[in-house]
Amino acid sequence: MYLVRRLLLLPPLLVVISLLAFLLVRTAPGGPFDRERKPASPDVERALRARYHLDEPLGQQYLRFLGGLVRGDFGASLKYRNHSVTDIIRQGLPVSLSLGLLAFGLALGVGIPAGVYGAMRKGEWSDYGVSVLTLLAVCIPGFVVGPVLVTVFAIRWQWLPVGLWESPMHAVLPTVSLGLYFAGKIARMMREGMLQTLRMDFIATARAKGLGETRVLMRHAFRLAVMPVVSYSGPLLADLLTGSFVIENLFQIPGLGVFMVNSSLNRDYPMVVGLVLLYAILLLGLNLIVDMLYAFLDPRVRYD
Amino acid sequence: MTNEARTRPMKHAVPRNRRGAAGHPASAHRSRGPACQAIRRFARNRGALVSALFLGVFIALILVWPWVGCQAPDAISDLQFVAPGSGHWFGTDVHGRDLFTRVNNGARISLLVGAVGAAVSLVIGVIWGAAAGYLGGRVDGAMMRIVDVLYALPSIIFVIVLITTLNAAVDGWVSRGLSARGGAILKFAGLFGGLGAVSWLTMARIVRGEVLSLRTRPFVQASRALGAGHIRVVFHHILPNVVGIVIVYLALTVPAVVLYESFLSYLGLGIQPPQASLGSLIAEGAAQINPIRIYWWMIAFPAGTLMVVLLALNFVGDGLRDALDPRADP
Repeated sequence: MYLVRRLLLLPPLLVVISLLAFLLVRTAPGGPFDRERKPASPDVERALRARYHLDEPLGQQYLRFLGGLVRGDFGASLKYRNHSVTDIIRQGLPVSLSLGLLAFGLALGVGIPAGVYGAMRKGEWSDYGVSVLTLLAVCIPGFVVGPVLVTVFAIRWQWLPVGLWESPMHAVLPTVSLGLYFAGKIARMMREGMLQTLRMDFIATARAKGLGETRVLMRHAFRLAVMPVVSYSGPLLADLLTGSFVIENLFQIPGLGVFMVNSSLNRDYPMVVGLVLLYAILLLGLNLIVDMLYAFLDPRVRYD
Repeated sequence: MTNEARTRPMKHAVPRNRRGAAGHPASAHRSRGPACQAIRRFARNRGALVSALFLGVFIALILVWPWVGCQAPDAISDLQFVAPGSGHWFGTDVHGRDLFTRVNNGARISLLVGAVGAAVSLVIGVIWGAAAGYLGGRVDGAMMRIVDVLYALPSIIFVIVLITTLNAAVDGWVSRGLSARGGAILKFAGLFGGLGAVSWLTMARIVRGEVLSLRTRPFVQASRALGAGHIRVVFHHILPNVVGIVIVYLALTVPAVVLYESFLSYLGLGIQPPQASLGSLIAEGAAQINPIRIYWWMIAFPAGTLMVVLLALNFVGDGLRDALDPRADP
C-alpha cells in the first residue's frame, strides 16, 4: 500500500519539478542564441525563436513541452541543432551510467571495508591511519586528484591512457578520480555508524550469547550500521549516474555532466529541463529503493 | 540582564550547599553545565584542538600578511614560472605574480566564502526548519514538500542559473552608472547567496526534526500553559536546545561550501580574476599541465593549502560533533 502511494505521488512531483526547472531557466535573462559565433540578425533570431516556439506565451510553451513528454519526447536541443534532447541523453547516459556505477562500486568497495576496519580497531594506530587517509580523500577535490593522477600514471609512467572512453584501461583513472572522494566519505560514515551500533544493547546481548566477534560485527551490527550509507547512496548514485563535469571535461569523456553545465550556461531550455527530469526520476526512484531497503535492513521499520 | 541577576546568587549557593550536604566531589562534577562539559570533551580531543589552534594561527596569518608582505597580489612582472626559492617562496605564475601572495589572498577569500555561505545556509535553514517543525500539520507538510522538490533539482543547474542571472543584472547596473567596485561586491554577495541557497536544505531537515520532537515535550507545553507567546517559546525554549546539533552541522558545512566554491571557480563561475580563490588558483595550475613541462608548484601549493584547511576544518567539525553529541559518553 505504502509503495503504491509513493509511486502514485511520483508523477505529480515530477510535473512540479519540471515546471520549476522550466520557469527557472525560462525566466532567467539571456537566451539560447546569444552566444552564436556571429551575432544573428534580428530576422534570423526571430525565425529561430519561431521555429522553436519561443515566441509563444510561457504557459503555452510549457503545455507543449508536457504534451511532448507524454509521448516520451523531451523536445529539440536549441544549441546542438538537429539533435533532440532524447538523442543526446541516449548517447551520453550509457557512458555516464557506466562511469558512475564504476565510481560508486569503488566508493562502496573501498569505503565500507575501511570504515568497518576503523571501527573494529577504534583508538589503535591502524584506526588513526585509516581515519587520516579517509579524511584526506574527503579534502582533495576531484579536479586536483584527476590532473595529479594523469601526470603521474599517464604522462610520467605512461601506464594508462590520458583520456577518452574506449577500453577498460581508459576507465581506471576517471573512476579513481571520481570515486575517491566518495570512498572517503562513505568510510567515515560507515565507521561512525558501526561505532554507534556497537554501543547498543542488542550487541551486548549477542556478545553475551557467546557469539564470535566477527559474527557479531557482520551478522548483527553491520545491517544497522550500514543504514546511513544506504540513505546516502540514493542521492549519491543519482549524482554519479548523471555525470560529473570535472571528470568528463578532464578526460574528454562523452557523458552527460558536460551537458548539465553547458546547457544551463547556454540557456538551452529543453536540454536543461530534460536533464533535470532525468536527475529527478533517478533521485526519486533511488530514494524509494532506499526506503524499501530500510525496512529490509532494520526490522523495526514498518511502512503501513 | 534579568536572567543573569536571577542566576548569580544560585551559582554561589549551589556548590556550598552541595559540598556541605554530600561532601564528595562527584556531585560537584555533575553540576557542571553541558556547555562546560562539551568544552572539556573538545579539549581532550587532541586532533581537534590542534586543528582549531592551527586554524586560528592560519587565519591570523592570512589577515595580517597583506600589511606585512611586500608584493601586491596582482603585481605583474617579467619573471614567469619561476620555481619556488628564496625570492618567491611558492614560485610565480604565468603573469609572473608571486604565488605565495596569491595563495594567501586566495585562502582568505575561500575561507570568507565558506564562512558566509555557511552562515547564509544557517539562517535560511534554521528559520525554515524551525517554522515547519513548530507550526506542524499542513504548513509543515507544505514546507517540507518544497524542500523535497528543491532536493530533486541538481544543485549545479540551480547555482549556475542563479549566478549567471545575477552577474548579467549587475553588468547591466554597472553599464548604467554603478561603480565597478560596487558591481564586484554585488557579484561577491551573489556568490555567497548562491552557495548558501543550495546548502540550507539539509540544515532545514535537521532543525525541523529536532523542533518537531521538542515541541511536544512537557517543558515547552508548561511554558505555553504559563502564557508564553509562540515567539518566546521558539526563541527561549526550543532554539537553545537545537544549538548543539546546528553547530555540529554548521562546522561540517563550512568545508563543504569551501569545496563547492572551488568547484565553481574551476568552472569559471566563482571568483572572477584578477581576484583569486584557492579553487581558481588550482584551476590555473591545472591548465598549465602539459606533457613537456609541469609547473608543479602552481598546483601543489594552492591544492596543498586547500587540503590542509579542509583537513583542519573537518577535524574541528568532528571534534565538535563528539563534544556536543548528547549520545556520546560523558
